[in-house]
Amino acid sequence: MTTKLQVRHLTKIFGRRIPRAEELLKAGKSKAEILKSAGATVGVNDANFEVNNGEIFVIMGLSGSGKSTMIRMINRLIEPTSGEILIDGENLTSLNKKQLLDVRRNKMSMVFQNFALFPNRTIIENTAYGLEVKGVDKDERLKKSHEALELVGLHGYDDQYPTQLSGGMQQRVGLARALANNSEILLMDEAFSALDPLNRKDMQDELLDLQENLKKTIVFISHDLNEALRIGDRIMIMKDGEIVQTGTPEEILTQPADEYVEKFIEDVDRTKVLTASNVMIRPTFINIDKDGPRIAMRRMVENEISSVYVVNNKREFVGVVDASHVMGLIKKKERKLDSVIQTNVPTASPDTPITDIMEKISSTPIPFAVVDDKNHLLGIIIRGAVLGAISGNEVVEND
Amino acid sequence: MTNIPQLPISSWIDKLVDWLASFEGFFNGVTNFIGGIINGFQWIFDLLPIWLFMLLVVGGTYWLTRKTKHWTLIIFEIVGLLYIWNQGFWRDMTQTLTLVLTSSLIALVVGVPLGIWMGKSKVFETINKPILDFMQTMPAFVYLIPAVAFFGIGMVPGVIASVIFAMPPTIRMTNLGIRQVPADLIEAADSYGSTSWQKLFKVQLPLAKSTLMAGVNQSMMLSLSMVVIASMIGAMGLGNKVYFAVGRNDAGGGFAAGLAIVILAIILDRITQAINRNKIPKS
Repeated sequence: MTTKLQVRHLTKIFGRRIPRAEELLKAGKSKAEILKSAGATVGVNDANFEVNNGEIFVIMGLSGSGKSTMIRMINRLIEPTSGEILIDGENLTSLNKKQLLDVRRNKMSMVFQNFALFPNRTIIENTAYGLEVKGVDKDERLKKSHEALELVGLHGYDDQYPTQLSGGMQQRVGLARALANNSEILLMDEAFSALDPLNRKDMQDELLDLQENLKKTIVFISHDLNEALRIGDRIMIMKDGEIVQTGTPEEILTQPADEYVEKFIEDVDRTKVLTASNVMIRPTFINIDKDGPRIAMRRMVENEISSVYVVNNKREFVGVVDASHVMGLIKKKERKLDSVIQTNVPTASPDTPITDIMEKISSTPIPFAVVDDKNHLLGIIIRGAVLGAISGNEVVEND
Repeated sequence: MTNIPQLPISSWIDKLVDWLASFEGFFNGVTNFIGGIINGFQWIFDLLPIWLFMLLVVGGTYWLTRKTKHWTLIIFEIVGLLYIWNQGFWRDMTQTLTLVLTSSLIALVVGVPLGIWMGKSKVFETINKPILDFMQTMPAFVYLIPAVAFFGIGMVPGVIASVIFAMPPTIRMTNLGIRQVPADLIEAADSYGSTSWQKLFKVQLPLAKSTLMAGVNQSMMLSLSMVVIASMIGAMGLGNKVYFAVGRNDAGGGFAAGLAIVILAIILDRITQAINRNKIPKS
């Protein structure tokens, strides 16, 4: 395995009296002491790590841990105070403006937490941005952008604008923009944190699928240890601008370096007991305030199911209707579904442990509805998914 | 207190004006240049028959508002322009329009780059803000005196005085528009290796466009408010009619010409706003 990216003694201090702060830092003073006596904030302190070719390297930490500063120093959106960043042995910190542009254009691409798509550009123009600034000619640009959009499963949206797409789709565009550039390194800054749980899981799966073929070197920032464990080949945990531990997910779980990491893992162990949100799937639902029996029937036929969930205009969960009742209404030429809604549906919150659901799910024919504290329908749990999850299989999504 | 001598501000300024006036060649050049633009506009307006002018205005409005179909505006334009023609103000109106368009054009060409510079440099912004305040709050009459010294009388000093008074909104709004571009979009542009020019033209200016155009619209309205003042130093047009009416205590004549200014202002305002309509669909 070869090393793609090397970071040596990388330090970032924000503020005015940086030389003084550096002195204090060398003398081993704490972050708080430096802030007090020099008025400077230590963002990252003496970071050393290597990222191998073709691995997903997750930098993990809570807010204020310096992970965002770290990833921005790798492409020098934030100038390091001291230290070196080597890509294929080339030191980035000594590059001049022109050379830095070349590295940004050809060696690495970034995906942002809030997508950072250009609202004035269409999807295809957004995807082609990196190629456009590189001066790639138009035909080539469009071809490569189409390929990239295809890779992330988006086609037919070329001429739409970002605001017309959902969050998940927007981040696919963000990813496509990075892939279109064909750079070897992807910098992903909390790329999936702004997505809802189901979408986030989809995107994680998709990234892993893509990675199998593309073999990019990915630096992925996350504050979510579950995400880190799921997608990371190796994980680096940061706290207060310092690296606490670097290792494979297995190493992190089995040999936590200190109390801080231990506490993190405890959290994971607790959530490792599967909860409703881990096994829920997308429900098929209709809107009681809008849809009648015919729409309900259509949804069921389309999705090959025998019952459909009912929500109201506010997306609040109401109940469930099944096919035989709906057929009855259609025969009687009724327009309203209200008379046949079954409201005695078992519900669970996203954090309900699976073990609690297990007992009940075997005795009820209707899938559980997962609702949040505002009674919004988030997903449903079918028996097969629970059994699959317990036997250790991945949940198969049939949406 | 009375022992403190009075600061000789006025004599300093006089000396400065005298000294500046000695750069006759430079000011003649500027006068000729601006005079050229004014003559160009006026030549076109004189060439256009009234019916064609009206057709262009109405047709342009129809095209700009083709999605919303702004019929009331179109009817207003027809009635308004017919009123101006009926009152015998047509040529005065085109002269005023020339003055406004020339000042707005200069405000745009000079103001936008200054605004961009302010948007990109904190230092330049800090220096410029009080200057802009000064330009906007100093009574406009005060500019007229040196303007005559440098540029003679007629349309050109009128345009210069209008530009000084009317340009600040364009500069301010351009600055604001550039600064309002979200930080993550700037990061995205940088991370893909954009040069500063690419970032400016592909990201910052397109996103600042509607704010910038609001500034241009404001500049246009302010320069229209200068037409009466500019007429005091010989600028022709509707302002001149109002100024004369004031001198002759002619309330009716003053009102008739004033109304023509209002009509012109509304038409210009609505058209520039229509140009500014955001073309990106909202979700």
